[in-house]
Amino acid sequence: MQLWLIPLLPLAGFLLNGVFGRKLSKPVVNAIAVGSVLLSFLWVLKTLNALGAFSGGLEEAYKEHYFTWIQSGTFNIGVDFAVDRLTAIWLMIVTGVGLLIHIYAVGYMAHESGYYRFFAYLNLFMFFMLVLVLGANYLLLFVGWEGVGLCSYLLIGFYFLEKFATDAGNKAFIVNRIGDFGFVLAVFLIGNHFKTLDFASVFAQVKTMPVEANIGWITAIGLLLLLGATGKSAQIPLYVWLPDAMAGPTPVSALIHAATMVTAGIYMIARSAELYLHSSMALDVVAIIGIATAFVAATIGLCQTDIKKVFAYSTVSQLGYMFVGLGTGAFSAGVWHVMTHAFFKALLFLGAGSVIHALSGEQDLRKMGGLAKKIPITCIVLFCAGVAIAGVPFTSGHYSKDAILEAAYLHAPWMYWIGVVTAGMTAFYVFRALFLCFFGEYRGDLQDSHGHDAHGHDAHGHDAHGHGGIHESPPVMWIPLAILALLSLGGGFINIPQYLEPMFKPVEGAPEWLGYIAIAVGLGGIGLAALFYLVSPAIPEALASTFATPYRWILNKYFVDEFYDATVVEPMIDGSRVFLWRVADARIVDGAVNGAGTVARSVGSLLRLAQSGYIRNYAAWVVGGSILVIAYMGLRGSF
Amino acid sequence: MPPLPQLSLSGVVPFNWYLILSVILFALGVAGFLFRRNIITVFMSIELMLNAVNLTFISFSYKMNQNDGHIFSFFVMVVAAAEAAVGLAIILTVFKNRQTLEIDEVSSLKN
Repeated sequence: MQLWLIPLLPLAGFLLNGVFGRKLSKPVVNAIAVGSVLLSFLWVLKTLNALGAFSGGLEEAYKEHYFTWIQSGTFNIGVDFAVDRLTAIWLMIVTGVGLLIHIYAVGYMAHESGYYRFFAYLNLFMFFMLVLVLGANYLLLFVGWEGVGLCSYLLIGFYFLEKFATDAGNKAFIVNRIGDFGFVLAVFLIGNHFKTLDFASVFAQVKTMPVEANIGWITAIGLLLLLGATGKSAQIPLYVWLPDAMAGPTPVSALIHAATMVTAGIYMIARSAELYLHSSMALDVVAIIGIATAFVAATIGLCQTDIKKVFAYSTVSQLGYMFVGLGTGAFSAGVWHVMTHAFFKALLFLGAGSVIHALSGEQDLRKMGGLAKKIPITCIVLFCAGVAIAGVPFTSGHYSKDAILEAAYLHAPWMYWIGVVTAGMTAFYVFRALFLCFFGEYRGDLQDSHGHDAHGHDAHGHDAHGHGGIHESPPVMWIPLAILALLSLGGGFINIPQYLEPMFKPVEGAPEWLGYIAIAVGLGGIGLAALFYLVSPAIPEALASTFATPYRWILNKYFVDEFYDATVVEPMIDGSRVFLWRVADARIVDGAVNGAGTVARSVGSLLRLAQSGYIRNYAAWVVGGSILVIAYMGLRGSF
Repeated sequence: MPPLPQLSLSGVVPFNWYLILSVILFALGVAGFLFRRNIITVFMSIELMLNAVNLTFISFSYKMNQNDGHIFSFFVMVVAAAEAAVGLAIILTVFKNRQTLEIDEVSSLKN
């Protein structure tokens, strides 16, 4: 089936654009970047079709072996790619949504410098993401895992002349290191206990083991893998990097930090479902972290003023939902939400990008307003995404979120109620952003030179745009938006839980009234947003001054960044300065190096006295030396 | 030291004598090399050392009934001849340029 072609095509695009891109014209760069992803997408379609993934086949994993990577005794790691139904879903999301975002980026990045660099990184990301989902063992998954982290870092820091962008890139990379540390330990544990890293044989071995009641090493593996997932998928306690990651260009936010890369943690946990099913504690922790993240991030989202930050916290919150789905045993519901979320959140970000593009770089919701008439297409598609994420009936988000909430109810009713409240908040903050953006009076000042305050923005439009006024995006941007809008509305009819039934048991038996409550809360959230931001804008201000203290906490994101700074970052920096620099480096390392130099010099200055430069002196040394040797041997009597 | 067997060459000269002669010649060469100042004398001293070694080779070759030593001494002679040609050429050039053969005067590579 030549599965290797799927990731190799974007890699070829990366190499071509990365090596020759500087000399190529923009249309050629576009053709390479978009073409490679298009070919990859078509190859995915062809392969999956041939494997019967669209027609009820592919119940067992299809595996291809390419070569042995590591061979040590009986421990054997091959470069193997495998496709099963779970991978098939991810392949479709990654290449399909990725293709749309590539096309969109052609329009969005048209005025940017470093054009070829951007597309090269984006293609490299596609390569690693596809390796991640295709890899048939934990090590290959880890290769993709680290690779997408690298590309995320490169693309967050794409505007590397801006301090905040490089800072955000570093933050994302370093926070992810913490998670990866857990992941690596988990992989070591798996290798140690199962003597293999192959998914198929690891899970076959786990199946024969009893479910762990107390903490055992399956639990340890599960929790360490979860630590990795909290890093990559931005969950408590490691979610702090994702909102800052919005410093990257908007297509990057859509592709990497909403649709695909951040769902890698969910993929990994769903892939390791067998492990988690054998440790109820690890599974519970997944659910609790998920629900806590969903709730906390949603509350922060309520008060954000940067349109991309709103959607960033929304992403964190929705990823929390997915973790709830996984943690309550409804793996397929979590995966379903990954898919629908990829549609509507990519759409939200790309739509936000379209707004930002129209306003030449403005991201502050307080400086928008009344844009519905000026950019109608963007407005319509964004509202499509809005109703989907709010869970309005018959949209994609409704189905997947309902499936998760039902599983949560069956697992623990309190989790369900928190999830419902979160759903209401989700509807509220998304529609708050949309209303602030599209309705009311225009509050911006686009006629002025808009050198917006730099912090936290994605720096789009720093270059001279060469176009004035608010304008609708070109077709190359809005056509992908329209496709994503259709998918956001209709994507829920792709019944993922049914599709994944051979792999994951569906969760059934929830009472019917649950669905109505979720719908009511979603609509209520929309209504509340309309009341606050369309009918009487005085209410939110009054609320903010009434509940001044909670408002301040939420506005400042619960001071989590400050807390981490004070407890982790500052001690680390101080420790590095005082001990590692002044003592370990300056005294010990430098001392050793300088000491070696000093000793060598003083010995040398003695020895150079022997180097007189007269041949006869040297000959005398030789004669003297041979006399000594001969005398010694003569005295010992052993010629 | 185990006593060497009293073999005689041509039934007249004891074997040790050849070695002793060789040592004397070699010591003379060393002394000449170390203490004389004239380049040509130094050069001749080197040749003397080479020939002292040749003598040892030949003696042992004769005593052991093997011709390896002969072969070695031929090589030494050939190399010494080549060296003599080159060395004398260098000495001639040095003399042309400096009008001296004092070895300590020819020290421009030092420092």
